[in-house]
Amino acid sequence: MTRDLVFEIGMEEIPAAYMPKALEDLKNNAVSLLNKARLNYTEVKTYGTPRRLTLYVRELNEKQEDAVIENRGPKKAAAFDAEGKPTKALEGFARSQGIDIREVTIKDVRGVEYVFAIKTEKGALAVDVLPSLLYELLKSLSFPKSMRWGRYAFRFARPIRWLLALYGKEKIEFNLENLISSNWTYGHRFLSKGRIEVKSPADYFQVLADNYVVLNQEKRKEIIWEQIEKIAQDLGGKALKDKALLEELNYLVEYPTAFAGSFSPSYLEVPEEVLTTTMIEHQRYVPVFDKEGKLMNVFIGVRNGTDKFIDVVRAGNERVLKARLEDALFFWKEDLKQPLEKMAEKLENILFHERLGTIRDKVGRIEDIALFIGETYSLSSKDKIIRSANLCKADLVSNMVYEFPELQGIMGRYYALNQGEDREVSEAIFEHYLPRFAGDEIPKTETGLVLSLAEKIDNLTGFFAMGIKPSGSQDPYALRRQAIGIVNIIIDSGLKIDLASVIAKAYQNVVPFNPKKTEDETKAEVLDFILQRMRGALLEKDISYDVIDAVLAVPTGDLNDVLKRTLLIQEFKKDEKFSDFMTVFSRCNNLSKKWNKVEVDCAVLEDESEKILYDEYLKVKGEIEGILDKGDYEKALERIASLRNYVDNFFNRVMVMVDDEQLKATRLGLLKSIVKLCDNIADFSKIVE
Amino acid sequence: MNFQEIILRLQNYWGKQGCIIQQPYDVEKGAGTMNPATFLRALGPEPFNVAYVEPSRRPTDGRYGENPNRLQHYYQYQVILKPSPDNVIDLYMDSLRDLGIDPEKHDIRLVEDNWESPTLGAWGLGWEVWLDGMEVTQFTYFQQCGGYDCNPVCAEITYGLERIAMFIQNKESVFDIEWVDGITYADVHHQGEVDYSYYNFEYADIDTLITMFNLCEKEAMRIAEKNLVLPAYDYVLKCSHLFNLLDARGAISVTERMSYILRVRNLARMIASEYLKQRRRLGYPLIKDENLRLKLLETEEV
Repeated sequence: MTRDLVFEIGMEEIPAAYMPKALEDLKNNAVSLLNKARLNYTEVKTYGTPRRLTLYVRELNEKQEDAVIENRGPKKAAAFDAEGKPTKALEGFARSQGIDIREVTIKDVRGVEYVFAIKTEKGALAVDVLPSLLYELLKSLSFPKSMRWGRYAFRFARPIRWLLALYGKEKIEFNLENLISSNWTYGHRFLSKGRIEVKSPADYFQVLADNYVVLNQEKRKEIIWEQIEKIAQDLGGKALKDKALLEELNYLVEYPTAFAGSFSPSYLEVPEEVLTTTMIEHQRYVPVFDKEGKLMNVFIGVRNGTDKFIDVVRAGNERVLKARLEDALFFWKEDLKQPLEKMAEKLENILFHERLGTIRDKVGRIEDIALFIGETYSLSSKDKIIRSANLCKADLVSNMVYEFPELQGIMGRYYALNQGEDREVSEAIFEHYLPRFAGDEIPKTETGLVLSLAEKIDNLTGFFAMGIKPSGSQDPYALRRQAIGIVNIIIDSGLKIDLASVIAKAYQNVVPFNPKKTEDETKAEVLDFILQRMRGALLEKDISYDVIDAVLAVPTGDLNDVLKRTLLIQEFKKDEKFSDFMTVFSRCNNLSKKWNKVEVDCAVLEDESEKILYDEYLKVKGEIEGILDKGDYEKALERIASLRNYVDNFFNRVMVMVDDEQLKATRLGLLKSIVKLCDNIADFSKIVE
Repeated sequence: MNFQEIILRLQNYWGKQGCIIQQPYDVEKGAGTMNPATFLRALGPEPFNVAYVEPSRRPTDGRYGENPNRLQHYYQYQVILKPSPDNVIDLYMDSLRDLGIDPEKHDIRLVEDNWESPTLGAWGLGWEVWLDGMEVTQFTYFQQCGGYDCNPVCAEITYGLERIAMFIQNKESVFDIEWVDGITYADVHHQGEVDYSYYNFEYADIDTLITMFNLCEKEAMRIAEKNLVLPAYDYVLKCSHLFNLLDARGAISVTERMSYILRVRNLARMIASEYLKQRRRLGYPLIKDENLRLKLLETEEV
């Protein structure tokens, strides 16, 4: 026999951001507790609104499954004496298990026979198990921040005010601080009055529906989006579909009603990003765009309630937005009065980091590193780099960015264009923050690209030099994201750049700030950190682990070279010449692994086969040097593979590990020399054939 | 409903709920939280229910009386309910009804907002209350104060009186609020906003303020050592206000900023610790349940 179970945790308004994980945890923890309790069911679902977290279990068995419990006792040898009579040990065991001596079973455990007590534990009734199970479930939920309230010690996201637990028509009662779970709930905070009795799980859903609560979060989200789309359509526009905003709106209301409001078109002179940020971040309104994709002077809000008195709500919201936009317009006009270079002067008052000086100091470092990259790799121009580096952080002291930190770079570009800066310089001010998040665009202009690399390499080098590195989930300065940014920029742009020399340049700039780490330590750590992100990027390109490991074992600061070599080896593995190559490498490497000299004394070579191998080696070596300089790894691999016959011949004809030390040394030296040729490209001992 | 009536109604409402109606504290402070009736009473095991108007000073928010929404001196209505009652949100909603704001006719939302005061070593979790999109109240369950866990936990309700008045009176500028018939908020406070803005941003003497900060800090420590909690706390409040003035004046570099905050926090922590000891020495007189009182006194020193 089964019944449905409904368990509702009634709370004061829980933060919207906590809800998705809370619903998932509630479900997963319930499943694991029910399974552990051997209570079968057909389905577990969770629902939530700002005021409730609800667990629904369909067709939950009224009884736990019976369990077979096996307890091991003494060894058989100790349980019975020579005459096969029970010993004291066995008697004690049987007594402790509450069974008769005749009921014990003998079982073999890894070759030794033991006495076992095998008992069937009768499943208990669900109604007896559920009170403590639900309490455990409640206790198992955790949140980013939790709190206490009143005189109680229990912690939760927000105070719990009621608990409903109904198994069929039966109440499941348990205590939590001052509360006892029962069979009543509450409806919408304002549209429903007082507590409401619930007769059964089915009744629960009806009661909430009747009391202005749309419990199902998916359904609620659909309703919200449908209403928003409809209103936008009526206004002749299209609503912005911002997933995060929609998710938050969904968990701010129990009974959604969308409404439109408008603002004076005069505010449209303020940059669009400012207006949408005000609407979304401050007011949780959905912006609307016209057919040409231009922002309209309207907004859509979502009320927690019906459309009754909606005009009052609209008027109130319009007034609030007007005050916000008035502020934004004021900031915009104020900021335009000040040229960017004036703002940039104030950067010396803003601390970048206590160990790394002010933002003004940072700007100096960016400029120096960017100039080095620009000059070395013939990118952008000296003038553009100096100008954009000096202005790129200026907007941090603008009124607008003070109000809306997420608009950094975006405002800088507006202000630059407004004061007639060069287009590329203006663009670079915005682009030096790119990419800002996974999947974000990378800089399009050369100046932006150079500046963005300089900004990120300065961050990594500066923090690493001060001994500040990400550890575990702790990465307060988002250094991982910046290293990934560097990798993406370099790979996407195909730029051939030696990171080691740029890091060295960045380190020189950090020297006046008394770094904790030496230049060599910093360079090694930063490069390794970036190469770790490179590894991730390569895995995403479906390059196999062994190839990546083999290539990264050859130190380099040129990411595109790494990319090229991995792609090539990945391909070469499918080539018929690959097995020739690996034979050459493996046979030479196996014997010379522990040998680290490459000297070959021609005079002691005896056999024709080794003389030929040596000659061929010299030929290949001569050719390869030129080939490698051009980065033509494919040709180099083929040439090494062509040594196969000579190598095979060599091993057929001579013994390497001979007693004559001099001869042995030369033969090992020859083998090592061939391995070294391969090592120019990758460490092939890591390749899985 | 004029400004004065709003205050009187709140006084009346919370008075009926059993709150002591205290008066503003006579030392400059940034928020009602810094009034000893909140900062100190939130500490320790004794219950306390209190409500009061608090004039609050935020020197950096001055706009020379030209911005319709920003003031460097404004009023909060502060309610502390300790321990927080189970129906605390209903009590708050009823206070809005008492002001003629029917939650049924508006859109009222509790939006996550976690409060933290680095200078007071205090933090709590709660919401901002949105009334048709306007933030009118800050609602916080105190978790820590002066670095000490709050037990029991109090609920702090802080109404922004000007915001509520603008809403009720349908005004677009704070200066147009009617204080009493024929007298506006501007009549009472506009010139003050202008004068203080000049002072805070342009004329305050930095050296004098720094000297005063150092003196007040020293005095706070000296008196705290003599277990004179309230007089010592007054000097902590003065330090906090002097820090805010220096900040508005642009006299505190970013590097120094943190060190000033830490200095004030250390003082706040010291006062909190002295206050807890003092209440214990007094035998927790506000705990009326004799058994509970004796039990608490038996437990180990904090």
